[in-house]
This record gives sequence, structure tokens and C-alpha cells, in this order.
Amino acid sequence: MHCVVAVAIEVKVWGRLHSRPTRPVVLDAVGHRSHSMVVQMMPVSQATVAGLRRLVGPKDVLTEKEDLIPYAFDGTAALRQMPDCVVFAASTEQVAEILKLANQTKTAVVTRGSGTGLSGGSVPCAGCIVLCLAKMDRILELDRANLTLLAEAGATTQAVSEAASAAGLFYPPDPGSMKISTIGGNVAENSGGLRGLKYGVTRNYIMGMEVVLPNGEVLWSGNKCVKDVAGYSVKDLFIGSEGTLGVVTKVLLKLIPKPAAKKTMVAAFGRIEQAAQTVSDIIAAQIIPCTLEFLDRTTIRCVEEFAKVGLPLDCEALLLMETDGHPAAVADEASKMEALARKNGATEVRVAQDDVQAANLATARRSAFSALARISPTTILEDATVPRSELARMVLFIQTVAQRRHLRIGTFGHAGDGNLHPTFLTDERNAAEMHQVEEAFKEIFEETIRLGGTITGEHGVGLSKKGFLPKFAGGASMRVMRELRRALDPNGILNPGKLFD
Amino acid sequence: MHLKGLDYSVLQQCMHCGLCLPTCPTYVATKVERHSPRGRIALMRAVADGRFEMNKAFAEEMYFCLGCLACMSACPAGVNYAELFEHARAEAEASGVLRSPKRNLIRTLAIRWLFMDLSRLQLVGRALQLCQQLGLQALARRSGVLKLLPRRLRELEAMTPVVQPQFSADLIAPITPAVGAKKHRVAMLIGCAQDLIFSDINRDTVEVLAQNGCEVVTPPEQLCCGSLHAHNGEWELARQLARKQIDQFPPDQFDAIITNAGGCGSHLKHYARLLADDPEYRQRAALWDQKVKDIHEWLMGIGIKAPPSDGPPQTLTVTYHESCHLAHGQKIVAQPRQLLRAIPGLNLVELPESAWCCGSAGVYNLIQPEMAAQLLERKIEHIKSTGAAIVAAANPGCLLQLVNGARQRGLNLRLVHPVTLLAEAYRR
Repeated sequence: MHCVVAVAIEVKVWGRLHSRPTRPVVLDAVGHRSHSMVVQMMPVSQATVAGLRRLVGPKDVLTEKEDLIPYAFDGTAALRQMPDCVVFAASTEQVAEILKLANQTKTAVVTRGSGTGLSGGSVPCAGCIVLCLAKMDRILELDRANLTLLAEAGATTQAVSEAASAAGLFYPPDPGSMKISTIGGNVAENSGGLRGLKYGVTRNYIMGMEVVLPNGEVLWSGNKCVKDVAGYSVKDLFIGSEGTLGVVTKVLLKLIPKPAAKKTMVAAFGRIEQAAQTVSDIIAAQIIPCTLEFLDRTTIRCVEEFAKVGLPLDCEALLLMETDGHPAAVADEASKMEALARKNGATEVRVAQDDVQAANLATARRSAFSALARISPTTILEDATVPRSELARMVLFIQTVAQRRHLRIGTFGHAGDGNLHPTFLTDERNAAEMHQVEEAFKEIFEETIRLGGTITGEHGVGLSKKGFLPKFAGGASMRVMRELRRALDPNGILNPGKLFD
Repeated sequence: MHLKGLDYSVLQQCMHCGLCLPTCPTYVATKVERHSPRGRIALMRAVADGRFEMNKAFAEEMYFCLGCLACMSACPAGVNYAELFEHARAEAEASGVLRSPKRNLIRTLAIRWLFMDLSRLQLVGRALQLCQQLGLQALARRSGVLKLLPRRLRELEAMTPVVQPQFSADLIAPITPAVGAKKHRVAMLIGCAQDLIFSDINRDTVEVLAQNGCEVVTPPEQLCCGSLHAHNGEWELARQLARKQIDQFPPDQFDAIITNAGGCGSHLKHYARLLADDPEYRQRAALWDQKVKDIHEWLMGIGIKAPPSDGPPQTLTVTYHESCHLAHGQKIVAQPRQLLRAIPGLNLVELPESAWCCGSAGVYNLIQPEMAAQLLERKIEHIKSTGAAIVAAANPGCLLQLVNGARQRGLNLRLVHPVTLLAEAYRR
């Protein structure tokens, strides 16, 4: 039995090391970090709870401890904070009323979809209301004439994707958590996925949205027009805003025709650099496949153990490659990619026999992060992204850092985007090792920035990378971001403590 | 048997990615995290950490969980939710937060008395059989006297299964020789409720085994597998039953120990875990776990004899509903479908959400009637969409639930175990 030791160990969150005086973060006996917020918000008073109950009905306001504990975290490792209450909204009007009430009482509001984020973006702050939109999950319209889809924010990415597919259309963004992630959350984090290389990310499919501002005002930005330059592109401001500027309640999405053909292949390599070089060579050959995913040996084993899709196990790295489009182009690109893989020493190139096999491979790849948890109790992944020409260099650097610090690591990611997810396999209860992990991330981020990359490709800043943002973004950008946030949310009620203070 | 005593890494294994959420029937129905595997594990971890005091709400939550284990199929991290959930229920029971005179009485009667000795269950079965044969139940239903009962009792009465005129021991010889050359020697577990309500399925199973070269040992007096006990927080009783099972069917004397009920099989295959700290039984339990085979798993493993190809005059459409504990608990997904496809004259159509719980879930439909009814409705709608005349399912709980669902809605569906369809094909 693990007895609870009443000693708190102070460590620093890796994401906050660079910028400002580091706030201590307390690890309790089992290693959870709890974090305090700088912004002084009022805790949720009894009167506010009563007000919320009047607005949405008593069943949709949760305040009991057993109801709140499951909302104290999101998909990010080792971050936990209890909210004061959870409220479910059923309509835009309810969201507006809830925000009005919160704004009047200066109560913090953390908006949440399915809580699958990987940067702590929907982890509550102390004394906050969690505003959960998971029940606003309707697909409102599919416009076949304009190729658009209108959904409520709580609709899952999978539901959007399936609705599009049922109409013979295609919604490409496919984050790893797409089976449960909400479209509102995807907008807030500007989520990517496996198809970013060719099809871009969530931002590229947003034609319009309905947003509730902190004062309760409802704003529509965008429309079904392909071209629209009337004023600032306000909707773009909210994409990737991580719940700090407004609450997205409806999203108008662009759909595209389904590609006529596709071909999915898996190439196995004896050395990691060979796989990375193949990626760089494919891009340099001006081939843009829809998926170009990298998995290292550790990840391959974990994924195969879960998904049992027959991945080759006797190799150091795999590339999952998929090309889609016109059948002739697909055949041409596939053969070129295969040739490049072989030129770089691929020991084996397998082609998926049918759509089911191809889909199984993609699903298996999407499970990579969670599957790595088979190895160790705590999996901490990062989202470093570099220009594609630097991929091989970055992969080697990560390996070197892990070896030098005696850390176990599984690396996978969207190699074609230069977007890697080095995942440290550790145990949050091991303070010494956690310290090594933090230091390793520092090194990786510094190298990322040096190579012209970014600190987060698709997971967002949230709490995890907030400390790195000022150095990465620079003074002027930070000032603009702060002023924007202050202009839209003068009382600072929306997701305080996230992105930056 | 306590969450605090559990290997903490089992709890830590959950990295709260949320991939279980869309597969959890209670989460999908409510969209409330507490009613999801991730939420429940967070509560268990809070109890283990001492951050949260076990209370009635926690205990009720653990009983709101169906225990369907769909989350285990979905979990890339390999969280052993089955183990966590059994521990959590055991701890809830030990804490006494749910105790009430009525609940205590029912639990004592059912778990500690009725299902610890199946001759008692058979006695109750005989009494019910007599009532049904004399037409007393039909009379009571017609006369309107049942309307005097409280609503919940009336609902329960309506769910009473029809007891078979003959139990397994009346239909199956203690030793059934193989048809043709004997290739295997297997033991046949007849189950508890299955024995009373679906003794014909047991007979069909034995027939099919014999047809495929198995000598089948079926002792007339058998035991409950103990899953009812383990799932309801009574681990010690579950352990007692496991030891007795191993004594009755020494695993080294059989090529396989056959079960045809998904729910039982899922529990039967984990005696080693149950008896891990029992030096006398530990090793035999490990061998036992290897020898227990679901009937579909066994048949497809040894390869079945093709039934005669002259099938019925017209092709019948059949769909397959997956027992949760067969699909998620035992990961037996392909074999029942292969078996159905091997039967001439049947056209297998896939059931949408085939592995989504039907709401039966052991005794769930008795203790959580509202959620169970919602799930049944969802399942029946999917069944209707297939247009199938036959629904095959390999668990007595599912079959009963679906029989009731079809009857309530006046649907003309045949609910049947896949093995029965194969047995019929052999008889043609």
C-alpha cells in the first residue's frame, strides 16, 4: 500500500522556468502538481450558484465534491485543480447569461468541451466555474450547395467528420482525440492532426462562428462566402485563443470533396535518421502526402500491443505514409515515396490492402500517446515543431538529450509537418526524474527555437508552455496579445492564468 | 481489497486522455464526467490518495457503472478497469455506506444464500416452473391482481423469465461421448441462471461439442462461477466459489473447460488473480485460466465440422449482438461471427453498435431500471434497423433483456444463442 506521506516537495513546472519569478508548484505525496493563479478572482459564492441554478436548472449545476473531482483535470499529465462548480449550458442564450453573471460577480470561467487538451487549457483555476459545453452537441445544418456544416460547439470532431462523410464530403482535421474532442475545443486550440501536411489545421476550415463575449454579448463573425474582407477577420482572433477571449458556441465549417483515391503505406527503418531523412527527401521532392507520420521503436511496440494491426516490430522507426487525390496522382506519388524510402534504407515497405486496413493504421497511430502509458505511470509529451528541413537534426537531438539524462522517451509525430511529440516515460512520484524531464524539455525547446521552430505545433500554450511563450513570441507580440485580451475581457474572467498572466 | 491497498500503478495507468468516454454508455447518455470511466477512476484515485472520503454517492456511482468494460477495449493505455471497479465496489460494500435493511436482506438472500448453492436456486426455479406450468402467472397477469403491486414490483414481475420444463441435468448426460473419433476431453459449465432458463442452450452446446470430436463431461450438480459475487463487492465468496470450481474440474484433467455465457467466461478466466495470494490454489488457478474457453473460441480454435449444406428453403437474416463480457471482457469478437457465417441458410448482417451494452449487465436491469431501459431502447432500434428475423447473442442476461424488449414492443424476433443455430444445422 502506498501510504500518503505528508511531505510536500516543491518543484518547478518546466513550462515556467524561463520567464518570470517562478511560482512554486506543490507536488503532493503522489506527485500531483497543484498550481496557484495570480489573477485575483472571487470564489463562486452561494448566491452565484443559486443564480446559475436559476439559469440552467438545478440538475445542470454541480457542486458536490464527487461531481467536481472528475472535472479537476484535462488530458494533460500531472495538473490538477478543483473548480468550485461545473455548469452545463444548453444554448447560446444560457452561455450569455452565465457569462453575464460571472462578469458581474468577477468569477473566473473555464470553458470545457470533453477535456482532452494536452496543455492544461481546460484545467480549472481555483475558485472557478467550469462551463461545460458537452451537452450542446447538435449538428445544425449541412449545406450541400455551399459545402458547409454548422455545428454547436460541443459536437464531437468525429460527429462532424461522420456527418460530412455521410454527405459524400470531407472534414480533414483529425486530432488524436477526435472520437471525443469537441469542435469548440478544436477551435479554441486550433487543433491539428494527421492530415495537417496537406490539408492544414482547424483554422483552415473555419468559415464563421458564433462567440459569446465575457459581457454576454453574442457575436457572429464570418459567413458562407468564400471571400469576405469586410473589416478585421474577427473570427480568426478566436481560433487558438484557448478560451481566453470568448466562448465559441457555434462553428460554421468548410467541407471539401472526398478524395477519389488514396494509398496508405508503412515503411520500416533500421535507424531513426533514415526515416527522418526520408521525410525531408519527400518534401524536397515536392510531394505533399496527406499523412507522413513517424513512430520510434518504443512507440511502435506500445501501439502494436494495443491496436494489433501488424506493425513491423523489428525496426527502429516507422513512417506511416498516405497519399490521396486523383488515382493517377496517388499512384505516382506512392511509387515515388516508396522509392525514396528504399533509397534511404527502408527494410520493408508495406501497402494497406483496403480502406479498413488503412483506417486501422491511422487509428492505431492516433492512439500512440495513450498507448505509451503502458510503459510508465506518467507520460509527458511535448509538441516541439521545427521546419521540415531540420527534422532529422531535431530527432537526433531529442535522442541525445534523453540518453544523457538517462530518461526513457518515446517519440512519434507528424513528421511531415516537422511536428514531433517526444514523450517522456516517467513517474510523477519520482521527483528527481521529473526534474530531469523538465531540464530536458528546456533543452529541447531552446534547440527548437534555435532551429527556427515553435514551442507548440498543435497542443496550445495553456499552462504547460506558458513560461516559454514570452521568449518565443517576443515583447511586441506579448504586448499586443495582452492588450487584445484586456480589450475583450476587461475583468479577466475567462480562463485566467492560461497562455499568459 | 481496498483502493488504498491496491497497487497504485493500476490507478496511475489512466492518463485521462478521455478516449474511453465515447464508448461508455452511461457517459454518452448523461455527458457527465462522473458517469465515465475516466471520472470514476479519478474518484477511486481520490479515495486511494485520501483526498476524498468514501461516501454514498461514490458507492452509488460504482453501481451506476454497468461494468460492461467497453472502456477496456477503447483504452490504449491498457488500464485494468475491471480490477479497479471490483475493488471500488468491494470497498463500497465494506464501508457500509449503502446498507439498508431491504438491501441487506436482498443481498443476503441472493448473493450469500441462493447463488452460493445452486440446489437452492434450482428449488426456486422448480417453484416458479410449477407456477408457470399451472398457469398461475398467466392467471395473475390476466386477472389484473398484479395492478395492486407497487409499480417497481410490477415491472419486475413482467421481467420474470420463463423457466424451462427441464434443467440441464435432465437434458445432458454426465458424460457425452464424442461423435466419431474422440479428439478432446472437455468439461462443460452449465451456469446458474442459464441452467434454469436456457438449459436448451447447454444441451445444444454439448451436442455441438460432441459433433466436433469432444467427449463432454457435465456433472449434474455444479456451482456458480462467482462473477455475481466479485462484481458485487463480495470477493471472499467469489474466492470460495473459485476454489470449489477448481476442485470440481481439476484443470489438468481436461483439454478445455467450456463456458457458453459471456459474462461467466469473463470472470472464469481470472481465477489466478482472485487466488493470487492462495499458495494452495495459485498454480492450479493459473492453469485453470488457460483451460477456460468460451465455446466460440474453442470451436473456432479446433475448427468445426461443416454443417450439411442443404439449409432451410429460404435464407434467414441473422444479426449478432455482442455480450459485453465476451467482446470487451474476453476480446472474442471474430469467432461468433465466423461460426454464424459457417451455417448454411443464414445471412449475417452487422448490427450497428453491436458491442454497446443492452442494459442487462448482470443484475443492472434490476437495480438501475431507468438506464437499463434507455440502453434497451437504443439496442432494439438498432436491431430493427437491420431487418433481421433472428438475433444471436451469447449471454443469458442479454438474451433475457432482449426477449423482454421484443415482447414489450410486440416484435416478432427470435432470440437465440449462436451455438443453438449451429446445433440445429447439424440436426438437419
